[in-house]
Amino acid sequence: MQNPQYNQQMEFFVDMQRCIGCHACEMACAECETNGQESMIHIHYVERAVSVQTTVQVCMHCEDPVCANVCPADAITKDDFGVVHTANTSRCIGCSNCVLACPFGVPIKQEKSELMMKCNMCYDRTSAGKKPMCATVCPSQALFYGTREEIEKLRPNSTPVNKFLFGEEEVNTKVNIMMPKGSTELRIHP
Amino acid sequence: MAKLPTSVDSIIEQYGPHKGYTPEGGFKGVHEPDKLVKTHCCFCGMQCGIQLKVKDNKVVGFEPWMEFPFNEGRLCPKGVQRYLQNNHPDRLMHPIQRVEGKGFERTSWEDAMSRTVSEIQRIQTTYGRDSFAMLSGVSLTNEKSYMVGKFARVALKTKNLDYNGRLCMVSAGAGNKKAFGLDRISNSWEDLKHAKVIIIAGANVSETFPTLTHYIWQARDNGAKLIVVDPRMTPIARTADLHLPVKPGGDSALFGAMLKILVDNDWLDHDFIDNYTSGFQETIDAVKDYDLAWAEETTGVSAAKIQQAAELWGKADTSFLLHARGIEHHSKGVDNVLSCINLVLATGRIGKPYCGYGTITGQGNGQGGREHGHKCDQLPGNRDITNPEHRQYIADVWGIDEKDMPGKGLSAYELVEAIHRGEIKGLISICFNPLVSLPNNNFVREALEKLEFYVCIDFFLNETARHADIILPGSLHEEEEGTVTTAEGRVVKINQAVTPSGEARKDSDILIEIAQRLGVGDKFAYEKAEDVFNELRVASKGGTADYFGITYEKIEKNMGIFWPCPTEDHPGTPRLWEDKKFRTPDEKAHFNPVPYREPSEVVDKEYPVVMTTGRVVSQYLSGTQTRRIGKLVDQYPEPLLEIHPSLAYQYGIKDGDAVTVKTRRGEATFPAQIVETIREDTVFIPYHWGGKLSANQLTIGTLDPVSKIPEFKVCACQLVPTGRIASIKVKDTAYQSF
Repeated sequence: MQNPQYNQQMEFFVDMQRCIGCHACEMACAECETNGQESMIHIHYVERAVSVQTTVQVCMHCEDPVCANVCPADAITKDDFGVVHTANTSRCIGCSNCVLACPFGVPIKQEKSELMMKCNMCYDRTSAGKKPMCATVCPSQALFYGTREEIEKLRPNSTPVNKFLFGEEEVNTKVNIMMPKGSTELRIHP
Repeated sequence: MAKLPTSVDSIIEQYGPHKGYTPEGGFKGVHEPDKLVKTHCCFCGMQCGIQLKVKDNKVVGFEPWMEFPFNEGRLCPKGVQRYLQNNHPDRLMHPIQRVEGKGFERTSWEDAMSRTVSEIQRIQTTYGRDSFAMLSGVSLTNEKSYMVGKFARVALKTKNLDYNGRLCMVSAGAGNKKAFGLDRISNSWEDLKHAKVIIIAGANVSETFPTLTHYIWQARDNGAKLIVVDPRMTPIARTADLHLPVKPGGDSALFGAMLKILVDNDWLDHDFIDNYTSGFQETIDAVKDYDLAWAEETTGVSAAKIQQAAELWGKADTSFLLHARGIEHHSKGVDNVLSCINLVLATGRIGKPYCGYGTITGQGNGQGGREHGHKCDQLPGNRDITNPEHRQYIADVWGIDEKDMPGKGLSAYELVEAIHRGEIKGLISICFNPLVSLPNNNFVREALEKLEFYVCIDFFLNETARHADIILPGSLHEEEEGTVTTAEGRVVKINQAVTPSGEARKDSDILIEIAQRLGVGDKFAYEKAEDVFNELRVASKGGTADYFGITYEKIEKNMGIFWPCPTEDHPGTPRLWEDKKFRTPDEKAHFNPVPYREPSEVVDKEYPVVMTTGRVVSQYLSGTQTRRIGKLVDQYPEPLLEIHPSLAYQYGIKDGDAVTVKTRRGEATFPAQIVETIREDTVFIPYHWGGKLSANQLTIGTLDPVSKIPEFKVCACQLVPTGRIASIKVKDTAYQSF
């Protein structure tokens, strides 16, 4: 896959601390022509009764994507840039294996179309040298698209982390989570 | 006759609000638009740059405008969805008139105009010129704001013109004029990024100005400490270094106590105080008894936190203090603002890099709109309508005799009170929905019902317009060229993307035609918006808000120009006061003593709970536009009563229960949202809805004596659990204002 405008230095960073729960990302994501007014990114309150903290749920674009591995129809593929693409509509059988397998709970089966849909990192925009729509509009820049060097300079108090430990299972992702300075991994106990 | 002509249900059925959505595959032509138009969002004072996609004279989508320096493509949900106000099924496409028992029926422009003009003339001949009033709003461009000011004084010849900015930042404007002799934030947002201490007082930044959040985060990346003063843990307060959950109404006590700590510890800039200010001694005398024990009791904030806040502020090298409606919507709004300014002046941190102060103006053109003419006491250039020299200058620009220029009129709420008393008989409104946005709105409804004639210019039939005799379909933001002035004082260009749909007309064309029919067409001989702007430039020349050196070409070339800009070769003024010459008569910044006083209504046995109101991120002002955009409605469909678990427990209220809130003005029922993110003694209701779910049925109409802003932010209420779970049906129809 050759695309001179696709800059492989650009990465996606999520900083939950900065999220203000405004939902601009969802609204902007839904505008994409391939999404049919459905958003591929989701914002949830962690626990509204005690805090206004919100959390961002978006495809982490795993190095070794479980969703693709468990797909019986070979509908989900990862490209040379590390982008895990949404299910190929002609192949997807709507079995929900990917929905059940994803450690981050990202893919959603669209019941009306019987298809799995997920973020493809705005391939139409990023391959044309633009930022993904959600990271473009995010008013607090909890979603940031740029180079690792850029974000490390801009945000000296935090470190991007893309290694997740689910118990013994290690998952490495293309998308980074911003964590306190010096962090190297995010350990999630089962 | 300004009563509803028929049932509210049948009016809603025909004119909405209905929820507009984008079709699944997008609007036709969204993928191959005819053009992309660079303009700005139609909502808040940030005025984010945005590009509208236009196909076949319709706005069908948007594309971020990455080059506009303030927001670089960033938008909030309202900005992302703003394009949906175009193409909307509720859009008024032709003039309509009230028909008793039937509702509204279509009429021709000729009939609508001739009836409007004959009613204006009849009422003014019978009851006097000032018996016909005008209410306006600052979603209008500078050109339209200027034109409304001139229209009321020159065409209607009434003194009774005021605007919805009266519900917005007038307390800040009045306070700034007292202290600095000028009403504008002192710095551009750029200076925020490097301020070492930031105080945000009564500003729910992340919900009401979401795109400003990025600047606060950047400051924190650069090491800033953030102090947020708010009765609720808002999204911006959540991560603050210090959150001071002040009791509604306690603001000036808090800032007064902080000032005393600055004085006691000598965290003062004596050089600045001695050379560039006046009134310091009287001001600190006023707070000499404000010790921490008193402050803790009065503000509900712990003494330790007040001390810590004062220390952070007192010892800072650079700082920025921002406030908004939270401290301004009070019967002592001006006092609250002045008590903030005192903290800034005491530490001398103004007029220098990364040192700033200001209000965050709420409305799209809240800044420019209030400078150029539709305020009851003001003339263009932020001039004073009672000052003989100012009057003469503007009379000359307008080509009228100064003696014919009306004097100071009534402010917005006073004007409604005068309608209620029967002194004002006729009303024209544009861009204002007082039935939702004014306090104690059952009283407002009674007033509207007493009008002999009411004509409304709007693009949707808002709740107030339901009471009108004639509605003239005006223009959307994207249908007319002009300029607006953002909250940072930057004058930016609004570009026309499409022409008004159906028979709708540009607002300015409507005003011009009425003026012509009233016999003063020669005073409104404008061919295009730029002609109005060029007259505004002259009218503002020499005033504090001087736009004379700003041209359309210059704005477009520089992506905005900061006023004051007195000459064409002047670059504009992003940072004020670098010369330390203030615009007061003695050229000094004025401290103002602020003795603490209580809100107009305090809790008692009968009404034991504090009630406050505010906003949510997905809605804007009275919701005329945003309650018609489907996804914005769905995000937060109905007003919820935020209540702390311990207060809820006292009343046996569970999450999702319907709770009736009663005040001395009215009552309304809301679902309880039990959250620890609010003070235990306070409940909060957002105000964007009308009808039975309007929070402003409950609020109090007490005004600040100087700014005339109503006290939206504090009153006393009772909570009455209904024992029922909140109704889904109410939730689903809340946006329509039954």
